[in-house]
Amino acid sequence: MEFRDYYQILGVERSATQDDIKRAYRKLARKYHPDVSGEAEAEERFKEVNEAYEVLKDPEKRVAYDQLGSNWQQGQDFRPPPDWDQGFEFRGGGYTGGDPGSFSDFFESLFGRSGFSQPFSDGRREQFHAHGNDTHARVSIDVADAYHGAKRQITLKHSELGGDGRPVVRERTLNVTIPKGITEGQQIRLAGQGQPGIGQGRAGDLYLEVHFSDDRRYQVEGKTVYLTLPVAPWEAALGASVRVPTPAGVVALKVPADTKTGSKLRLKGRGIPAREPGDLMVVIQIVQPPARTEAEKAAYEALARAFDFDPRQGMGAE
Amino acid sequence: MNNDQDRNQAELLLDEYRELGLAELCRACHLSADEVHILVEEGIIEPLGGEPARWRFKAVCIGRVRRARRLERDLGVNLAGVALALDLLDEVERLRARVRRMEKS
Repeated sequence: MEFRDYYQILGVERSATQDDIKRAYRKLARKYHPDVSGEAEAEERFKEVNEAYEVLKDPEKRVAYDQLGSNWQQGQDFRPPPDWDQGFEFRGGGYTGGDPGSFSDFFESLFGRSGFSQPFSDGRREQFHAHGNDTHARVSIDVADAYHGAKRQITLKHSELGGDGRPVVRERTLNVTIPKGITEGQQIRLAGQGQPGIGQGRAGDLYLEVHFSDDRRYQVEGKTVYLTLPVAPWEAALGASVRVPTPAGVVALKVPADTKTGSKLRLKGRGIPAREPGDLMVVIQIVQPPARTEAEKAAYEALARAFDFDPRQGMGAE
Repeated sequence: MNNDQDRNQAELLLDEYRELGLAELCRACHLSADEVHILVEEGIIEPLGGEPARWRFKAVCIGRVRRARRLERDLGVNLAGVALALDLLDEVERLRARVRRMEKS
């Protein structure tokens, strides 16, 4: 596994004070927090930063980590030395904050052992019953899926105690039906698919938060779907009947005469389906063809002669 | 539990037609009723229905509550700060969507 240089990740010296570490963490957390950041790979960076802070904020873990020495490089192949942590006791357990599932193998090999405390893992377990926890995950769908509904296979990772009492990461695959009419941020609940219950307690539920993946053609806002539609200058000037692709199939649209670029034409009820379906907004984009042949050039010249038209009128350059 | 599964499970879409009661929201977000009260007081989520016993929440509140909890935990902001951050983030998201739309045209 790869060594992680937690000081480098937080951008602090090995001699940094606990206050320095906290300040550096807060700053990076604001920058890369997945709920806040627009940066690419924010989520990955945030996990690293969180993991680094998990170790360095805790003087016990930090001292243990420092015992590994300062010769290790970020990314270098690493095996923990035998009994490296002898004499240390991680009172807070392996994980005190953040999302344990997102920590690296490196972290796991050093600090993971005391984590994942399972309530009543001894003989009393039989008498104890509790609901399993509800769990949450995100699922990405295409815009068209919201029109037609879809089947999705999603793979979830979770950790549980293995036979030897150490946590293992398991994967499971679920087949999920995405109902028609779903919109960004909606929740789908899968009853009984969360964490297993304890004793006779029933399993928790799994909540899936739905997001649209980026689409080349369609943008979605609530139930409204936007589509940019290229039209020829003569179609925009004279009006035309054009065919528009929608996620639900091709529909005919009348472009009125004298339509400007950026105008929005509403196709009522052609957005995301619902009891009150959204609209599809067609945003007109006028695209002019290049003049290549003599005939094409002559056509543009005829236009120039026919119009007394200054597109820069009022800009002060007359 | 850990093998591939292909069974029909009960599925429920929580959408604009489906609202959650206080107990359901608490369980989905791992919160106590008192904690939900505080989130309501701070204006982070808005219940429908007058007194707490009749509160109903839109399902999108689940996502909002979970974001609020993450921001509180990870950034060390208090709830008033979280409420402000969430409102600003909604605004940013709206503007980003508009920019994406305009860049395509």
